[in-house]
Amino acid sequence: MKFTEEHEWLRIEGDLVVVGITEHAAEQLGDVVFIELPDTETEVTKDEEVVVIESVKAASDILAPIDGEIVEVNEMLVDDPGKVNEDPQNDAWFFKMKTDDLSQLDDMMDEAAYKAFIG
Amino acid sequence: MSDLKRTQLFDLHVELGAKMVPFAGYEMPVQYPLGVMKEHIHTRENAGLFDVSHMGQVIVRPKSGNVADAALALETLVPVSISALKEGRQRYGMFTNDDGGIMDDLMIANRGDQLFVVVNAACKGADIAHMRAHMSDQCDIDVIEDRALLALQGPLAEAALASITSVATEMKFMDVVIAPSDFGDLWISRSGYTGEDGYEISVAQDQAIAFSRALLAQNGVQPIGLGARDSLRLEAGLCLYGNDIDETTSPVEASLHWAIQKARRAGGDRAGGFPGADRILKELENGTSRLRVGILPDGRAPMRAHTMLFASADATEPMGEITSGAFGPTIGKPMSMGYVASEYAASGTRIFAELRGKRMPATVADMPFRPSTYKR
Repeated sequence: MKFTEEHEWLRIEGDLVVVGITEHAAEQLGDVVFIELPDTETEVTKDEEVVVIESVKAASDILAPIDGEIVEVNEMLVDDPGKVNEDPQNDAWFFKMKTDDLSQLDDMMDEAAYKAFIG
Repeated sequence: MSDLKRTQLFDLHVELGAKMVPFAGYEMPVQYPLGVMKEHIHTRENAGLFDVSHMGQVIVRPKSGNVADAALALETLVPVSISALKEGRQRYGMFTNDDGGIMDDLMIANRGDQLFVVVNAACKGADIAHMRAHMSDQCDIDVIEDRALLALQGPLAEAALASITSVATEMKFMDVVIAPSDFGDLWISRSGYTGEDGYEISVAQDQAIAFSRALLAQNGVQPIGLGARDSLRLEAGLCLYGNDIDETTSPVEASLHWAIQKARRAGGDRAGGFPGADRILKELENGTSRLRVGILPDGRAPMRAHTMLFASADATEPMGEITSGAFGPTIGKPMSMGYVASEYAASGTRIFAELRGKRMPATVADMPFRPSTYKR
């Protein structure tokens, strides 16, 4: 699993990249109450806002961590946003991306580096 | 957070695992390990204990010894009938300014020989100066610095407080008493700011932690932070000073006309005579161009403070603005309050809010969003 400074995790699953937010991020957000997911079959570029996530505290955006195409979104989160607090690094993934260039993940943090990053 | 003040309960909050944040000049618990959503639901289903010691507690003592003189003096600053407030009763009110705006909202209690008022933390300095400037001929304004203030709210609040003083069961909504206890005299009112039955209790500072521990040991009582306090008061349709009401909003615009009794309105026994009376009395007769209303968004997306409101999906000019908005854990959907042009204020009116560049539909709704359970 790879991690970004925006507190997203990326997991390679076959030829797809699965994206979610970290336990640390979920904890900082507090109870999640609303999630707006992107349309599938959408080409996105790195740092484009793709998901709106609102907690009891505030609204925040999730940015596309890499260039690619959104091919699948986790519809379950729309009906049960609280899942993000329960299981952020497994069941509560946000979207799956297809990319031609997996080397985009090379410079990202591994788990140890991310742990050091969040202190 | 070195410039911030701490309440007497600071060490207990930390011990209980609270996340402390700056609020109105104090380091206050925004949430405990339970989290905002569960704390909210716990309060509605069981009981929650809140530290509200940052709020201002003030005794208004009539120099004549006659509380009626203190009532008349305070009536020069609030549009509320204090003279008709019976001994042992409390009432909601607001300090108005010369323009008819709201300087602060407050609770006023008649304790027989004096008035006891509770004001907001962020406004307390200004409120006290205001009372001293205008009431000192008739009253001494004593700021209470040596007492903590707790709120105990929810369906199990009565049983929890009754374990400490049996008077708890005898009180009705907005009753006030001074009750002796193992923790010294408790100044109790059966009130609060969550829409739940419950109490606000002033206790001597040196007893505050022991008293809190005694309440937390009772069945179903959990400590609750400011995060849940905010969603609870919003579900109950109650205003947060600085968000929903401020110096630019009049009590009538804020839909708080119910707090202005007949005696203070045009034609009443003690009509007017408070700051901004010209505007406020006229608004009571003729209405206002905008009103505070409840708003229920169609979808799940919360519409938060400062979201602009429109009459239609393509209207170019906003006709209102949201002043508070959050997810309502008990109602299970988002809720907001805000000001709309009066022609859109009727319950059921369809309106639109601009969220992230998109016009999202919502409906003007009656408040409270969740029926209150006060013990009347």
